[in-house]
Amino acid sequence: MELCPLIKNILLLDSEGKRIAVKYYSDDWPTNSAKEAFEKAVFAKTQKTNARTEAEITMFDNYIVVYKFVQDLHFFVTGGENENEIILATVLQGFFDAVGLLLRGNEDKKEALENLDLILLCLDEIVDGGVILETDANVIAGKVDSHSMDAGAPLSEQTITQALATAREHLARSLLQ
Amino acid sequence: MAQPLVKKDDDRDEEADYSPFLGIEKGAVLQEARVFNDPQLDPRRCSQVITKLLYLLNQGESFTKVEATEVFFSVTKLFQSKDIGLRRMVYVMIKELSPSADEVIIVTSSLMKDMTSKTDMYRANAIRVLCRITDGTLLTQIERYLKQAIVDKNPVVASAALVSGIHLLQTNPEIVKRWSNEVQEAVQSRAALVQFHALALLHQIRQKDRLAVNKLVSSLTRGSARSPLAQCLLIRYTSQVIRESANNTQTGDRPFYDFLEGCLRHKAEMVIFEAARAITELNGVTSRELTPAITVLQLFLSSSKPVLRFAAVRTLNKVAMTHPTAVTNCNIDMESLISDQNRSIATLAITTLLKTGNESSVDRLMKQITNFMSDIADEFKIVVVEAIRSLCLKFPLKHRSLMNFLSNILREEGGFEYKKAIVDSIVILIRDIPEAKETGLLHLCEFIEDCEFTYLSTQILHFLGIEGPKTSDPSKYIRYIYNRVHLENATVRAGAVSTLAKFGAMVDGLKPRIFVLLRRCLFDTDDEVRDRATLYLNTLGGDGAVVETGADVKEFLFGSLDIPLVNLENSLKNYEASEKPFDINSVPKEVKTQPLTEKKAPGKKPTGLGAPPPGPPTTVDAYEKLLSSIPQFAKFGKLFKSSAPVELTEAETEYAVSVVKHIFDGHVVFQYNCTNTVPEQLLENVTVIVDASEAEEFAEVASKPLRSLPYDSPGQTFVAFEKPDGVPAVGKFSNMLRFIVKEVDPSTGEAEEDGVEDEYQLEDLEVVAADYILKVGVSNFRNAWESMGADFERVDEYGLGPRDSLAEAVNAVIDLLGMQPCEGTEAVPPNSRSHTCLLSGVYIGNVKVLVRLQFGLDGPKEVAMKLAVRSEDEIVSDAIHEIVASG
Repeated sequence: MELCPLIKNILLLDSEGKRIAVKYYSDDWPTNSAKEAFEKAVFAKTQKTNARTEAEITMFDNYIVVYKFVQDLHFFVTGGENENEIILATVLQGFFDAVGLLLRGNEDKKEALENLDLILLCLDEIVDGGVILETDANVIAGKVDSHSMDAGAPLSEQTITQALATAREHLARSLLQ
Repeated sequence: MAQPLVKKDDDRDEEADYSPFLGIEKGAVLQEARVFNDPQLDPRRCSQVITKLLYLLNQGESFTKVEATEVFFSVTKLFQSKDIGLRRMVYVMIKELSPSADEVIIVTSSLMKDMTSKTDMYRANAIRVLCRITDGTLLTQIERYLKQAIVDKNPVVASAALVSGIHLLQTNPEIVKRWSNEVQEAVQSRAALVQFHALALLHQIRQKDRLAVNKLVSSLTRGSARSPLAQCLLIRYTSQVIRESANNTQTGDRPFYDFLEGCLRHKAEMVIFEAARAITELNGVTSRELTPAITVLQLFLSSSKPVLRFAAVRTLNKVAMTHPTAVTNCNIDMESLISDQNRSIATLAITTLLKTGNESSVDRLMKQITNFMSDIADEFKIVVVEAIRSLCLKFPLKHRSLMNFLSNILREEGGFEYKKAIVDSIVILIRDIPEAKETGLLHLCEFIEDCEFTYLSTQILHFLGIEGPKTSDPSKYIRYIYNRVHLENATVRAGAVSTLAKFGAMVDGLKPRIFVLLRRCLFDTDDEVRDRATLYLNTLGGDGAVVETGADVKEFLFGSLDIPLVNLENSLKNYEASEKPFDINSVPKEVKTQPLTEKKAPGKKPTGLGAPPPGPPTTVDAYEKLLSSIPQFAKFGKLFKSSAPVELTEAETEYAVSVVKHIFDGHVVFQYNCTNTVPEQLLENVTVIVDASEAEEFAEVASKPLRSLPYDSPGQTFVAFEKPDGVPAVGKFSNMLRFIVKEVDPSTGEAEEDGVEDEYQLEDLEVVAADYILKVGVSNFRNAWESMGADFERVDEYGLGPRDSLAEAVNAVIDLLGMQPCEGTEAVPPNSRSHTCLLSGVYIGNVKVLVRLQFGLDGPKEVAMKLAVRSEDEIVSDAIHEIVASG
């Protein structure tokens, strides 16, 4: 029996249900068309709901999907039907807030695509093969952001962001301990 | 690299607004990837190209093998760059490309260097990448670094190693298990998530060792985990321990319950909920234990967060199935959720209320639901329909208003699944509530007058045919049925004809009218409809005389087809038109997809209406063809059964051998499936030397050696034994694989001329009583049991001695007899003190056997069993008892 909480997929879609960045951690959708069908179904089911202030939740095909929208960005996290809904929501919130931090508050599709590398790294930092790596948005964003800065990054503004992120990370750590 | 450029016009059309990936093309990006090979790397530009490649992959674009390899090789060049951001992208890219084993070698050294780097981020990511793409052999080389990483000061590095360990445990458990000490140390880590990951890994390493898990849980529950996630894990492990120890503590308090209850006061909502859910799912939970959990869930019901409301109402919904009274306190909160914006929550609230409601509140609830139904999706409606069905079964007196509700929604718009759920519910109510029968049937009749779903129409017609004739006034249904013959498609028309025939068979008064209607159907445009009408007119004696319907005709009309339809379909597909008519007796009855065989029997009942003998499904044909193609075995007659393959070698030995036992009336054939797993060897003249000294009734009559067994291409060798006709002889056989081994030059693949004779010891093989019984299910056990009669019934009682659990005892007997459990009776509900299990099968000689097993706990762990056997032959009934008595 698998007791560890597992994430089936994380999706970031636009306001038409098209992919911005998606990551699947389960073999439940073996082909790209199966994945697209799932995204289409999820989008159709959630499109009319208002998930802008609080994360919303739905259940279908024996999956639990939690989701939250901002502007034209639609965030989804999917888990199995027996998963703890609140754990899924925590992962969603971590992803949602981390993207917000990385896009510096300009959360829209254009900004997301322009910073797609950050979003992909962000996904990579949240879940590894279905196992939750990190849920704290500040830590996630800190890890992603600090990397894009190093040797090649010249702008002083970014160094400040990086410093802030590192500070946040340290603060978050000390609070957790 | 020069792939034809794929035009992506749709992208261009739909993305009116600006996108950095506007008009992106795979071919062009692959060209751009050449910058990775530049001597002077531009990290920024390389990062951009990788992002583009990842974008393409993310959009579902796939690279050909050549393209992927090319990209992979150029990406590996980027390890030269010191840019951290670029390296980060390189890691992600390598994971996405999932390189093949020979490609992995290229990056291994770079990644191993990063694994020992001073930069934490390098170490963490290199571990994750390497563990993702590596295979077992490489793992032993890096094991030392992984162990260090688990106890690394940096939490990110430690987590990376631990999570990789969780994944590797699936593929290389023996290696990961050696890390226990380090993982144990990491469980004590001060970093919250490291503890979570360490706990997850440690538990997975030890999950087979119940005592160790017990110790782990009891030591950790005394303190508190550092992160909510770790605490949730701990709750899950604790409830597992409680579940497994439930039997020992029938009296007194449940162990660890206090810990779960304490978690209800945790500050993190996910922990509170996890604990509440764990408590509600405890085996045989008492209402005293439930109360605190219900209380916190009730608080969640009025939360502003939809996720919390959903989680709570979903859990309470489940509790309501077993402890409806415990949930009644939440009814007021629940009712306000009916108007929740989130329809999932509203539906769960409604169905919970339906489960907890009492008889007096039914009418009020139904009113609320009627308004609610119009604005929810079909799948929620199905949930509501199912809840109403169980409510109706609970309060049969309310069947009028509930049945009305169902018939109303049946008339409204809806998809197939929804309509099917409603029809199923009405059918169940008709079956279980006699007073509801006539109104229910009329509702169904009205529904088929305007039903767009062929499947539902035919199902309802079939049901009408069974239930309609038994009502007080069967004639009133005829009109609805005959209308179908006029108005519907051929499938429904055929169904209607059968239903009419059933009315004719059961109600003598209606016979003349039915004959008139059936005769009209003789002019139908469809073959099937005409055929059915003709058949029924003949079987019912439609030549004008009204005679009482014979028992065999009734059996034909109402009896169930006891062959799985899949098997029938396969047999019909394989049937080649010839002089010999298709024989339904040759259709396998075996339900399981076990490789079992059956030769075509000579047709005893040409009508094909009698009980067909058993046989196997899909692989049958394969075995049958195989055996009949071997001249030595052709004379053995009809194959009765083939067992599932039994392994005779350990996994991962030089030669893999499994055996299939083919049982004939007077013979047994062992089919040895051999695989040579040594690339440098060619085996020739492969035989199995069988020693049957412990199987007295068997005498070897023939064998068929395997001429040549090259590397990795399986072959078969056979040995046949004679045994007394029709007797379920048992015995033990020891096996020795004998062959001539020749060296093969791996570079040329050519074998040397000379070989050496060699032997290889295989494990023993047994022919047991269960080999003589086929698993053949019956659709309705009670009917089958009654119709078998008590003539050859044998009943006796047995003590089975101490057993771990009732379920274990039940499974042991099922395995011993090798019969098919019916109606799901093989599943034993937890904590039950007694259980009845129904089995059916066919004994060698084609004798049907039914078995009723009654188990009871006698004393703390002693299991007693009453075995009742009915069969068509008393010798067989006795034989079954003998099997059990000697097992």
